[in-house]
Amino acid sequence: MKKILIIGATSAIAEVTARIFAARGEALFLVARNAERLQAIKADLDVRGAVRTATATLDVADVAAQQAIIDQAERELGGLDIVLIAHGTLSDQGECEKSVAALRREFEVNALSTMALLTILANTFEARRTGTLAVISSVAGDRGRQSNYVYGAAKAAVTAFLSGLRQRLAKSNVDVLTIKPGFVDTPMTANVANKGALWAKPDAVAAGIVRAIDKRRNVVYLPGFWALIMLVIKHIPEAIFKKLKL
Amino acid sequence: MSAIGTSWGRYPHARQAVVPLHWRDAALPSTEGNMLPYGNGRSYGDVCLNDGGTLLHTRGLDRYIAFDPASGILRCEAGVLFADILDFAVPRGWFLPVTPGTRFVTVGGAIANDVHGKNHHGAGTFGEHLLRFELLRSDGTRIECSPTQHADLYSATIAGLGLTGVIVWAEFRLLRIASPWMAQETRRFANLGEFFALSAQSERDYAYTVAWIDCAASGDSFGRGLFFRANHAPVTAATRTPRQRRLAVPFTPPFSLINGLSLRAFNELYFRRAREGNAIVHYEPYFYPLDAVGEWNRIYGPRGFLQYQCVVPPAAAEAAVTELLKRIAASGTGSFLAVLKVFADRAPAGILSFPRAGTTLALDFPNRGAATFSLLDRLDDIVAAAGGAVYPAKDARMSGVRFRQYFPHWQSMLPRIDPKFSSGFWRRVME
Ligand SMILES: Cc1cc2nc3c(=O)[nH]c(=O)nc-3n(C[C@H](O)[C@H](O)[C@H](O)COP(=O)(O)OP(=O)(O)OC[C@H]3O[C@@H](n4cnc5c(N)ncnc54)[C@H](O)[C@@H]3O)c2cc1C
Ligand SMILES: NC(=O)c1ccc[n+]([C@@H]2O[C@H](COP(=O)([O-])OP(=O)(O)OC[C@H]3O[C@@H](n4cnc5c(N)ncnc54)[C@H](OP(=O)(O)O)[C@@H]3O)[C@@H](O)[C@H]2O)c1
Repeated sequence: MKKILIIGATSAIAEVTARIFAARGEALFLVARNAERLQAIKADLDVRGAVRTATATLDVADVAAQQAIIDQAERELGGLDIVLIAHGTLSDQGECEKSVAALRREFEVNALSTMALLTILANTFEARRTGTLAVISSVAGDRGRQSNYVYGAAKAAVTAFLSGLRQRLAKSNVDVLTIKPGFVDTPMTANVANKGALWAKPDAVAAGIVRAIDKRRNVVYLPGFWALIMLVIKHIPEAIFKKLKL
Repeated sequence: MSAIGTSWGRYPHARQAVVPLHWRDAALPSTEGNMLPYGNGRSYGDVCLNDGGTLLHTRGLDRYIAFDPASGILRCEAGVLFADILDFAVPRGWFLPVTPGTRFVTVGGAIANDVHGKNHHGAGTFGEHLLRFELLRSDGTRIECSPTQHADLYSATIAGLGLTGVIVWAEFRLLRIASPWMAQETRRFANLGEFFALSAQSERDYAYTVAWIDCAASGDSFGRGLFFRANHAPVTAATRTPRQRRLAVPFTPPFSLINGLSLRAFNELYFRRAREGNAIVHYEPYFYPLDAVGEWNRIYGPRGFLQYQCVVPPAAAEAAVTELLKRIAASGTGSFLAVLKVFADRAPAGILSFPRAGTTLALDFPNRGAATFSLLDRLDDIVAAAGGAVYPAKDARMSGVRFRQYFPHWQSMLPRIDPKFSSGFWRRVME
């Protein structure tokens, strides 16, 4: 039985991932802001076979409250083997261009909160010399685009942070997994009207996350074809890129 | 995956806004026009369509709420698929109490059409196994309904075609099984008389009975078919679990691949290759042979197809089925999938429940426009004269006059329908 902490557990991607863990009979500690929805997910995971589930509410932007929640998870589960950090908000790019407060808020939720959590977790995992820190970043962090560069920049910060942390924790046998989903059909993207062939269902992404954790991968694009797409996008010369409508 | 906002027969076409529902505590959206729940679009016609309005896509309501492994009582959100329940329940020794011929239906859709299966003679409809559900109305009220709480809304919502509000979650009883296997026996019959005799003989000892009938056959072979009867097998029956092969029709061909020639050839082959006798089969190919080919509905081409499922009362059954089959054979357009089953005489769970005492016949017709529609109208004449009914879940064309004949209690629905809810089907039959 694995002891698993999920931050942003009400996220559609995280929820389906948790179902896979529950069916395997793991123990789960679920964290997000909405208590009622956490309860609904907990009941579902209990039915599906989770050995133990518990929940706590946290606004991850409240960095000072993070330590207590992590301690609570450690206590409830009797240690931690895997942490999945999944919370996020799809920034309103237009709003962030007008308001520094909005920009700061997006960075607090999508970048700083995650790096703060990882700072706390890295130390306990490093001392324990085992376990997996899996974090959902995004393909959007691979290159800034005019349509969502604030969100992209926050995810880029997370990606860079993880790559450094991976080097540091490799010595301690701790896995650090960077998860880069492409377009996923979830409540976060409910407003996108025409979802074409590039869009994936949360189930496919969740299965990929669990596989990557099991196989101790470093970085995964989900679905896998995004690795190719981003390879191309990353290599377009800036002189051309700046004229594209992406 | 088929597009949200289409039905299985790919006819009629409808344009509607789609709003996904994801959380059971969330309110319904406020919409300009009217709305309709949409499960997994496995209805053939327009009961799940709402042209010009909004569809509330319920698949995101897919959480379990509670399961009691002692009693087999399951409570879950209404967007959970039967396929998911089977994956969950079968390894734990439980099965769906009633299942239609596809496992890709939602719990809400199964309730709203009060679906039946091959065990109707013993188990009735899905609605008969329900214990309670929560209904969310457009005015924001949530009403827990059961046979003893809001019994009027309970029986209006079972087979209620999505018109009384959104079923948010439901609780029902699963069936105990000893293994995922089915002990099946196949028998040929030469004519309808033999079919009725086999049905009558099999009802007591077999939980599941159904027949396939060759509706392309004429002359001496008229009324020939295969009778399948089965029970859940005991635990020792077999060991190997087959994973059903997944084929799929990858795109819609520009024209229908179903015509008189291919039909006759297929039927001949199917009938000759069928083996009589006993076999142990896994529940998936037994209950869901069509699910093995993803989106098989595409083979009928862009114009889609129509399914016709009727029931005719016992006294008139043999004569009416004969007349229906003769009509269909003369038209040369019936499908290779004609299914025949005897329903038992049971108290219906819903005001608009389709199953009733008698014999049900179901088959597909490629949409050939006016010719197809007038043939189906002629079939309606036969069914109505016999005092039968046509199944709304499969229908895209019955007239309001016929609907009101088939469902004489339809007026009891009116005060229970949510004022903001409507469907393509409902507007058609209320004209
Ligand atoms: C291959 C195949 C075989 C079939 N075999 C059978 C059979 O043997 N027996 C049988 O009875 N049927 C059979 N059917 C029909 C099918 O079982 C029904 O049409 C079923 O209702 C489809 O469920 P769905 O979830 O796809 O619902 P949809 O088709 O999307 O919707 C069906 C109705 O349910 C309503 N609805 C959906 N969700 C809710 C909700 N949460 N609250 C309120 N209303 C809701 C909709 O408004 C609509 O009126 C078959 C269909 C196929 C494709
Ligand atoms: N969907 C996509 O296309 C896509 C693509 C690439 C990457 N991603 C990333 O995948 C992850 C999951 O996204 P999703 O698509 O599953 O979205 P989602 O369903 O909208 O989930 C996001 C979750 O984040 C939580 N959250 C937001 N702000 C929070 C805060 N301040 N404190 C605590 N929790 C907070 C929310 O939970 P509460 O409201 O309960 O707090 C919400 O359930 C995110 O990191 C996202 O950036 C998504």
